Amino acid sequence: MISIRNVSYQIGSTMILSDISLEIPKGKVTALIGPNGAGKSTLLSLIARLERLQSGTVRVGNLLVGECSNRELAQHLSILPQTLDQAPRLSVRELVSFGRYPYHQGRPQAEDNRAVDHALTVFGLADLAQRPLDALSGGQRQRVQIAMNFAQDTEYMLLDEPLNNLDIAGARSLMALLCDVSERHSKTIVIVLHDINYASRYADHIVAMQNGTIMAEGTPSEIVNADLLRDVFQTNAEIMHVDGVPIVLV
Amino acid sequence: MMGWYWAGVFSLALLSFCSIFIGVIDLSVSDLWRDPDGLHLIAISRFPRTIAAVIAGGALAVAGCVMQMLVRNRFVEPMTAGTGQGAALGILLVTIFAPQAPIFLKMMLASATALFASLGFLAIVRRLPPKEPLLVPLVGLVYGGLIGASVVFVAYQADLLQFISVWLNGEFSGVLRGRYELLWLAALGAGFTYFAADQIAIVGLGRAITTSLGLSYGQVLLIGLISISFISALTVVTVGIIPFVGLVVPNIISRLFGDNLRRTLPLIAMLGAGLTLASDIAGRLLRYPFEIPVGSVLGVLGAFVFLGLLYRGQRYE
Ligand SMILES: Nc1ncnc2c1ncn2[C@@H]1O[C@H](COP(=O)(O)OP(=O)(O)O)[C@@H](O)[C@H]1O
Ligand SMILES: [Mg+2]
Repeated sequence: MISIRNVSYQIGSTMILSDISLEIPKGKVTALIGPNGAGKSTLLSLIARLERLQSGTVRVGNLLVGECSNRELAQHLSILPQTLDQAPRLSVRELVSFGRYPYHQGRPQAEDNRAVDHALTVFGLADLAQRPLDALSGGQRQRVQIAMNFAQDTEYMLLDEPLNNLDIAGARSLMALLCDVSERHSKTIVIVLHDINYASRYADHIVAMQNGTIMAEGTPSEIVNADLLRDVFQTNAEIMHVDGVPIVLV
Repeated sequence: MMGWYWAGVFSLALLSFCSIFIGVIDLSVSDLWRDPDGLHLIAISRFPRTIAAVIAGGALAVAGCVMQMLVRNRFVEPMTAGTGQGAALGILLVTIFAPQAPIFLKMMLASATALFASLGFLAIVRRLPPKEPLLVPLVGLVYGGLIGASVVFVAYQADLLQFISVWLNGEFSGVLRGRYELLWLAALGAGFTYFAADQIAIVGLGRAITTSLGLSYGQVLLIGLISISFISALTVVTVGIIPFVGLVVPNIISRLFGDNLRRTLPLIAMLGAGLTLASDIAGRLLRYPFEIPVGSVLGVLGAFVFLGLLYRGQRYE
């Protein structure tokens, strides 16, 4: 479980997050949704300690973020940051291998190589292992990055907009894969998603943010409704139910 | 990959052999065994000169690569972006204020001013818009130029102008036994950098990924900057500022073999050493019996190689 208590964050005099308290359930897929600028990326950065906490506490499992060591945190939690700039000049396997750094610190063991091979297989990248990253499509590269997170073999994974560069087939297969990974390896996965329908369809739990606060949280059928669309996304789209899953008609 | 390592070692050996037997005074391999003067010449001049070119070239190429990863920009190198000039300023200040200080202390001070200059450069780069990568080398040139100009100004005031050209314009013709040995420390510094190869490669992926892999971004930056400054200071003090190696070599290797530094750093060091040695040999031959400074040869050679690189996008393995 990730528990966030009274976390506020400001840049200059602008409040980015105001007094957030939230529990993210263990072993489940949680979707973080909300309009641009709601503070989703900031919240993830604070959990992963990419930015320093200003007030409040964050607990990841038994670790108190802010007090544990970098390496300790990196063995329990991995993050796919939102800003991926130009492709590094590395092969697929080389990048995925860096995911093992928290364990081997520069001297990879047989176990690390196994973990890398496993990650490549799970993410369907075994055939591309020797390919340079800049010879891949944006979507494939995204997959490689997530495979690197997976190789990090952490109980908690935070993914900031992993569907960004993907077409519908890629997005669906990635979401299905992540759900499968979460279930099989009982990982807690937090995904920032833009499309509510993906959240509705794949996530166990949804957290909706707006303006630096949590507006709603619960299972998809509990919270995806007309109120949510109006209050959080400022739109009046219609909602249908397919097999009990609320789907927004866009 | 192994093949490339061997090719590097072999070419370097061949170049070293040429370097030892090329110069104003004729030496031939066959006469050497009954020619004590020849052996003497090799021991006090040709061998030190060869070693100096190999170490300086290799270490500067490594330092250039490290700086490019830290700054996340492929167009910078310590000898043009202020680190080298910072070292020259340090050694000049020691010469003025503590001329009797032991050479080791001078070295440390030069490393310290080089480090300050690099930290200053990094602080400036932070404030540049990330979408304008070409601003970084330009700002570096201006920044390095400013520090270089202040070196000249201080030297002028202190009537030490004749000294500084030795530091500001790199050359190997002055290298003699007893006057270059500090460079071995630069080799050590470059070797030490190899142990941080993974960390530096990871820092090249950005702050977020570095932190998420359990590394302290600031700490890796500092380690990298210290090794760059140390290498630069030792080079500047012993042979002077040698430009372009640190810029061109890491770019060539990165194009061909990628950025997995653990695999590529040895190649970068060997190509840097080879290029510098070859330029020094060319400098000795082009206007025989006069010498062209290695910096000028490298400048011309480097510019062509670099332009070629910009136009040919080659894929690494
Ligand atoms: N470095 C920064 N300086 C000033 N404001 C920032 C900075 N980073 C983010 N913000 C602001 O913080 C708010 C939340 O940003 P972010 O967490 O990226 O939102 P989201 O990921 O939900 O789109 C936005 O209003 C954004 O403008
Ligand atoms: Mg965001």
